[in-house]
Amino acid sequence: MKARVYVTLKPSVFDPQGQTIADALHSLGYTTVGDVRQGKFFELDLNAASADQAKSLAAEVADKLLANPVIESYRVEIL
Amino acid sequence: MSLTFAIVVFPGSNCDHDSYHAAKDVLGQDAVCIWHKETSLAGADVVILPGGFAHGDYLRTGAIARFSPIMPAVVDFAGRGGPVLGICNGFQVLLESGLLPGAMLRNRDLRFHCEQVGIRVERTDTPFTARARERQVLRMPVAHGEGNYFAPPELLRQLEDSGRVVFRYCDERGEAVDAANINGSAHNIAGICNEGRNVVGLMPHPERACEASLGSADGLLLFESVVSALVQEGAVPTR
Repeated sequence: MKARVYVTLKPSVFDPQGQTIADALHSLGYTTVGDVRQGKFFELDLNAASADQAKSLAAEVADKLLANPVIESYRVEIL
Repeated sequence: MSLTFAIVVFPGSNCDHDSYHAAKDVLGQDAVCIWHKETSLAGADVVILPGGFAHGDYLRTGAIARFSPIMPAVVDFAGRGGPVLGICNGFQVLLESGLLPGAMLRNRDLRFHCEQVGIRVERTDTPFTARARERQVLRMPVAHGEGNYFAPPELLRQLEDSGRVVFRYCDERGEAVDAANINGSAHNIAGICNEGRNVVGLMPHPERACEASLGSADGLLLFESVVSALVQEGAVPTR
């Protein structure tokens, strides 16, 4: 089973990388693009009996290692 | 009496020998390097988590080092009041391990900064600043891409109220102005300590500023401070 974990900076945390990318898009003429936030994406191959079990396992590793709860939040998707 | 400095070496640490040299050759104390897969600090009196790129800084700076086998011994040592200094990447490891609060973001200008900076000593009641004067300005180098200290507003208030901001980036006159804030850290914070005041982390490199021939000997103050703090206490509380 595959799980996808998306880690992003919390909305309250300034994201200089996202801001720089947004500025580049604006200078390319994409003025309709507003804010850009950059994040991280992990694809995990899991040995799990059910989607629920896979989801809780992925959330556990995200809590423990993949995301830093001080600055980041995460979202889990099971494929 | 000689103290033993234990310098933890992670895969990717690159300022370990600078710390060793400062403690052993410049200060004349005992020093040992301890590989991160060890589980004992072997009777150390002072622990240093050196600068570098522990575990390649993959994922986040310091995130994987936090789970190195030596870390439970470091947490235990810190919990018993042992003096722990985290320098640059070592500071990031202390944040990830929860020994110090907050987190590091990329420098606000997204540039890697490698230069001499000024930092102001805010507190002299830690073992690493005991011999400094309050508001003393120290010159030492920084070399980092992720030194932009972040803490949520409530935590920042707690840090300020409890006097746990130990160093702030400042100009030549000792003013903590925005122009001196090389990475965009909240409140110009360059270093903090824990509630017990025995765990100190900072982004600048005191071990690279221990001899005049390196451009500054101001960093020696941190090493001399911890020696005199432990000697004044009359012994080594943590052995």
